[in-house]
Amino acid sequence: MNPDFVLWLAAILFGIGAFGLITRRNALVAFMCVELMLNAANLVLVTMSEVHGGLDGQVAALFVMVVAAAEVVVGLSIIVMVYRSRRSVSVDTASLLKR
Amino acid sequence: MITLLTDLPIAATGAFSWAWLMIAIPAFGAAVLLLGGKAVAGFGHWLAVLASFTSFGIAVVLFILMLSSPESSRAVAVPLFEWIHLGSWTISAGLLIDQLSILFALLVTGVGSVIHLYSVGYMAHDERRSRFFAFLNLFITAMLILVLADNYLVLFVGWEGVGLASYLLIGFWQHKPSAAAAAKKAFVMNRIGDLGMTLSIFAMLALVGSSAFVDVDAAASANASPWWTTIGFLLLLGACGKSAQVPLQAWLLDAMEGPTPVSALIHAATMVTAGVYLVVRSHEVYAQSQAAALAVCIVGAVTLLVGAWIGCSKDDIKKVLAGSTMSQIGYMMLAAGIGPAGWAFAIFHLLTHGFFKANMFLGAGSVMHAMDDDVNMRNYGGLAKVIPITFITFAMGYLAIIGFPGFAGYFSKDHIIEAAFGQGLVFGVIALVGAGITAFYMTRLMCMTYLSQKRWNQGVKPHESPLTMTIPLIILAAFSFVGGAVMNGWIQGWLAPALGTHPHEVGWIPSGIGWATLVVVGVGVGLGWFLFYRKPVPKQAPDTQNPFTIAGRNDVFGDAVNNILVVKPAKLAADTIIANDTWVFDRGVDALANVFLKLSNVGRKLQSGQVRSYALLMTLGVVLVTAVLFIGQLG
Repeated sequence: MNPDFVLWLAAILFGIGAFGLITRRNALVAFMCVELMLNAANLVLVTMSEVHGGLDGQVAALFVMVVAAAEVVVGLSIIVMVYRSRRSVSVDTASLLKR
Repeated sequence: MITLLTDLPIAATGAFSWAWLMIAIPAFGAAVLLLGGKAVAGFGHWLAVLASFTSFGIAVVLFILMLSSPESSRAVAVPLFEWIHLGSWTISAGLLIDQLSILFALLVTGVGSVIHLYSVGYMAHDERRSRFFAFLNLFITAMLILVLADNYLVLFVGWEGVGLASYLLIGFWQHKPSAAAAAKKAFVMNRIGDLGMTLSIFAMLALVGSSAFVDVDAAASANASPWWTTIGFLLLLGACGKSAQVPLQAWLLDAMEGPTPVSALIHAATMVTAGVYLVVRSHEVYAQSQAAALAVCIVGAVTLLVGAWIGCSKDDIKKVLAGSTMSQIGYMMLAAGIGPAGWAFAIFHLLTHGFFKANMFLGAGSVMHAMDDDVNMRNYGGLAKVIPITFITFAMGYLAIIGFPGFAGYFSKDHIIEAAFGQGLVFGVIALVGAGITAFYMTRLMCMTYLSQKRWNQGVKPHESPLTMTIPLIILAAFSFVGGAVMNGWIQGWLAPALGTHPHEVGWIPSGIGWATLVVVGVGVGLGWFLFYRKPVPKQAPDTQNPFTIAGRNDVFGDAVNNILVVKPAKLAADTIIANDTWVFDRGVDALANVFLKLSNVGRKLQSGQVRSYALLMTLGVVLVTAVLFIGQLG
């Protein structure tokens, strides 16, 4: 199997995620972009695992998914709390740490 | 080189093993008075008087026991406890009660007790009276430790103790800035002397391995070493500090800021003579070193002139007496430096001086009491008829100090002058001239205070002092009268075993030098009489161009010399260090901190708090790292 197409797909997904994270103000969208980048990385891990005939990459991908699931729980609850207190989920206005 | 053989002290038995009570009782009194606060304010002073008299009683009992025992077993060692055990050194604390120390114990507790009694009257209206008496008891304790110690380290404990008591009592009226400053000055100048004391003790420990008098004496008489000269000079430095001898003399005149009983007890009769005691106690060291002994003589001769000089030109009655004290201690030092011929006379003069100077200081206190605490003799005059008891007792002291035949000072001072002529013509002449000047300034004091016309300030109504003050005066006056005659033929023989000397014949009829002394004293008295009785005394000190008078009024520029030699250089060094601190360290560290502050402010701008810009930077960073790795792969 030629992994090139899959790797290109992963690169494009990662690029979209990174671009979205930099450009979008909405915290939920930024969050989704992060997930996109994580999954792009997972795609590469699984593909390379297949190419090299080992299970290491797949195991690593499983770990990433577990961590991502935990991260979603924490991240979403933070976003909910921020929304409750500020009535907005814009990441640009949440810059209090600067002071 | 003189071989000196002293009897070793025997072990204490019977009453002697309780000798430590002499020290413990006033210590207990001081503790009760200091801790008791207001609870003891009503009767505390009588408790202190009782403690002091009890000590005196013990000293008298021990003295009688010594008198009744054979000469070879009079010196008694009372070991107390092992104090320091360190490596090969074992220093035990103990008391040495020999012919020398018992005389001091009698002087300290005896004169101390009558001065305690006097203070009951003198300090009657002071609201901190019980504290004053606590300090007096503390002084008695420390002074007894000093004179009864059996080694130099224990002696040093007492030495520092009397320094502390002196500091506390000079500055007793601490609300007066001048008194506080005088106390500090006395303390600091004594520290310089203490430097000599500590170094000499270190040298003894290194050289002999022990600081006990017995061991040091044995080592000093056994082997000659250049170290004994060093130790002698260091001990002399200590003695100079404590006894206000040139060059450490400047503190004694300021010490007159303290209450008058303190001046009488500490700064005339007992503490300031500790230096003489130290030199005589270390006689084996000085017997080993000609140079150190000569230095003691020179210090004594110079001080006796400087003190007399100051005494001639002061108008403050206590400062005249302070100058006189310096001068008389100079006589003692001179005698102590002469060698075996002078040691006993130094102690003899020390004892008689203790009587007549304490008497005159207390008399001066009584005069001040009568004149509303005025100390300026130009405001006195004609007091003889108003306060007759004070006048007559003071006159006893006066006759004793000028050496009027039959009075105490006549015997003790004449012996020193004769011994000084034996040491060298220069020393003899200085001692002789000193006697004349002493007669002059004491006559001046008598005329200005008691005899000349009244120059009282308005509203001053002189009155005789209460009995608690006049009884001590009468006791001390009696001793000033008979003290010399009683001890004249006896003291040399008594001290001989302790000092390892042989008594010389002393006559009752003046020798050639004795007659010369009487003539010189007569001239001094006549001059004083002519200048301050025949002529009226002006109420203001007259302006003068006489350099001797100007120098005398300024304490022979003792403070100026100290300022130029010590204070100014020390201040300069301190200022240099301050400048260094401010300009090099403070400013340098500040500048370094500022650099980091500026850098941090630049770095702070990166932390914008904008999540998206962090994401951008992170992405760029990842791209950069990837690019570097990629290019590295290519290479």
